[in-house]
Amino acid sequence: MLPADRSSLRRGVRLGLPFSAVAFLLSSSFGVVAVQAGFSPLQAVVMSALVNAGAAQFASTAIVAAGGGLVPGVLAATLMNARFLAMGAALAPSLPGRPLHRAVQGQANVDPSWAVANNGDGTFDRWVLFGASAPQYVGWVTGTLAGALGGDLLGDTDRLGLDAIYPTFFLALLIGELRRPASRVVALAGALIALALVPFVPPGVPILVAATAALVGLAR
Amino acid sequence: MSALAEHHLWLLIALVAVVTAVIKAFGPVVLGGRPLPVSATKVLVLLPAVVLAALVATSALADGSTWQVDASTVGVAVGGVLLWQRRPMLLAVVVAVVVTAVLRAVG
Repeated sequence: MLPADRSSLRRGVRLGLPFSAVAFLLSSSFGVVAVQAGFSPLQAVVMSALVNAGAAQFASTAIVAAGGGLVPGVLAATLMNARFLAMGAALAPSLPGRPLHRAVQGQANVDPSWAVANNGDGTFDRWVLFGASAPQYVGWVTGTLAGALGGDLLGDTDRLGLDAIYPTFFLALLIGELRRPASRVVALAGALIALALVPFVPPGVPILVAATAALVGLAR
Repeated sequence: MSALAEHHLWLLIALVAVVTAVIKAFGPVVLGGRPLPVSATKVLVLLPAVVLAALVATSALADGSTWQVDASTVGVAVGGVLLWQRRPMLLAVVVAVVVTAVLRAVG
């Protein structure tokens, strides 16, 4: 590792630490929600350790909790992750090496790290990316453990308002998207389609059908 | 209670893990330095907003197969106002939780 890389790695860790605190809180609520949805604490922690993608985990777990099946759960997670196709494409030129090596480096791609590693000129500092993702990963996995084990001790977590955490997290990501005016109408359409379908189709399906609203992008 | 049995949950975890890893690897491995087709990009850039809006709407305004407005709807809305004002996400989340809990305590 070059000295410049080492300094980038350290800078990444520094930038990642505040996001690590957010990751801990969010994954605590994920642990609580997952156990309520029927996951064992081990399953919740393994999911966080292997998936490490909050929106996908919350989306699939929310569908399972609402009584949805395996296929809608996996599809919802896939749709939530679709943004990594675009983010990964942007990252690609900055990740050197053989295909397998590039694939492994691509796993460090999480939203806050992608943002802070962006040099703003079409290139990314991969060592900042790795450095920022490391503390967030630790926060994500330990938070899940705390939530999965502590959820039972808290008793009725709805009474404490903890069920407000993950919609607010989704809303935070959504508001980031809505800062681009082009996304607003299509987001509203997606929300209305999903709500309209709720009484008539199995849980999870409204979100999948709503996702087709993004196809209007082809007409632009 | 979950509608999924324990082995189905393991399967769900495994599938979501594989799908996530493949999606994260796709750009760096397949594209290298080449850009995505323009048509794919046009759909992909809209997809997060649509899916997130659908998730927010169904998690804040519905419960299972019924529409439902309750204390958490109000809490999430207050959190949303803070987020729109560019306040930190952690603050918005904490305020949403507190508002929801207080409304349930007094309601």
